[in-house]
Amino acid sequence: MTYLQKLLNEGKFVITAEVGPPKGVDLTRFREIVRLLKGEIDVFNVTDGQGASMRLSSLAGCLAILSEGAEPVMQMTGRDRNRIAIQSELLGAYTLGVRNILAITGDYPTLGDNPQAKPVYDLDSVGILLAASSLMRGKDLSGNELRGEPPRFYLGATVNPNFSPLEVELIKMEKKIESGARFFQTQAVYDLKVAEDFSKAVSDFNVKILFGIIPLRSLKSAKFVSEVIPGVKVPREILYRLEIAPDPKLEGLRISAEFIKKIREYGLAHGVHIMAIGAEKSIPVLLDML
Amino acid sequence: MIITKQKPFEEIAEELSGYDRVFLVGCSLCATACKTGGEEEVKAMKEKLEAVGKTVTGTVVLDPVCNLQKSRRDLRKFSQEISQSDAVLCMACGNGLQTLAEILEDLPIFPANDTLFLGEIKRFGVFEERCIQCGKCLLTSGVGLCPISRCPKGMVNGPCGGAKDGFCEANPEMKCIWLEIYEKLKKMGRLDEFRKIIPPLDHSLRVKPGKYSFRRGVVNDVPSKAS
Repeated sequence: MTYLQKLLNEGKFVITAEVGPPKGVDLTRFREIVRLLKGEIDVFNVTDGQGASMRLSSLAGCLAILSEGAEPVMQMTGRDRNRIAIQSELLGAYTLGVRNILAITGDYPTLGDNPQAKPVYDLDSVGILLAASSLMRGKDLSGNELRGEPPRFYLGATVNPNFSPLEVELIKMEKKIESGARFFQTQAVYDLKVAEDFSKAVSDFNVKILFGIIPLRSLKSAKFVSEVIPGVKVPREILYRLEIAPDPKLEGLRISAEFIKKIREYGLAHGVHIMAIGAEKSIPVLLDML
Repeated sequence: MIITKQKPFEEIAEELSGYDRVFLVGCSLCATACKTGGEEEVKAMKEKLEAVGKTVTGTVVLDPVCNLQKSRRDLRKFSQEISQSDAVLCMACGNGLQTLAEILEDLPIFPANDTLFLGEIKRFGVFEERCIQCGKCLLTSGVGLCPISRCPKGMVNGPCGGAKDGFCEANPEMKCIWLEIYEKLKKMGRLDEFRKIIPPLDHSLRVKPGKYSFRRGVVNDVPSKAS
């Protein structure tokens, strides 16, 4: 059982945070962030070419996290690899100590920094989960037997509580659960009503939910988030607070802290997933406010 | 319909540099509908080439270029013009070009068109891709909307996380096909179809280049070694 799985099963309110590997081989800053956050959060998500931009691999980032004595969640997209590469990398990651996997279809290459790349998408997020589940049963996706003890992953997936119509997202979430997902890290949520409605809608699903938190840094970043995340609406009251705050960055952290406290207090989720997108060093300030 | 688009004339002229005597071949079917290789376009190309000092030895619009035996027969009538040519400019699709290459073994053959996709004529001059010839039609639950060709990611189990306000992440001008599939199934009262998990596609059914005969079936259908 992974540490993440253990904490969630014990009913602890889990805090995960996302870290993006560098564009290059200098892991100094990456390691600094991991050391800074290690005692504060529970596990680290390592992105896999987030936003379709070419970076150091998720697996290498996960190994750096393991070497710092922390636990990673390896994000695995279907954008750049076919099913042979995906299964092979899952097996490799397992032997290197990576157990938590987050299956993602992946942003389209033309949105990234190598827009000429061939999009692969041999497997979508459901397909990646099917492949990982199959490996866990000792067989590859085509039914060929694996040798020896099969890997034991803790599989996760993503869901967007802001998606409209929500029914589409819920049906897809059920497919992901049926394919092996046991925990979900959501897109960023700002509206308590959205969180409550989603929480109610998935109450029968018997999986662990971590609500996504992207701390806002300014009114401009609120606009950016609304443009980038499908369906997300930052409530007017939050926009107003960011507008009048003398220190919008600090106010953004305060807003996130208040939101996390409400999620915890009302029992709307099993934890939160913080995506600071470059501002990881401000996460301890946010956590101090809880 | 094979959708083609004519290359910029400068590119064509560049390809033909060093070849003074050119034979032009158009196509009566797709390229005619796409206005890239019908009688009119072949005539216009002839004039343009002559304007830059080329000699057009002859022109023909084959019916269609991609019918190997028929084109071989039809081109015999032009054997004299062809024998006087340094090169052939093909105003058909990439397939037609290769049919010509098989017939006219010794002549350099250049494409006048870029071949885009297999598509539908929405209305005059507007074309949209509707099939990527993956080798096995998905039973698209009877809704007749194929996500393999109409979703940039070819998602088989529902929309990706990028669909924004109902529009596609990769192409924001296009409605997410999965939302259209959902809406249509919902309207038909058949949403259960959407709940089914679709396994990953079998790409062994479609090994390039495709080969199929009535007698032998799909020749490149590689039998899967896996169970």
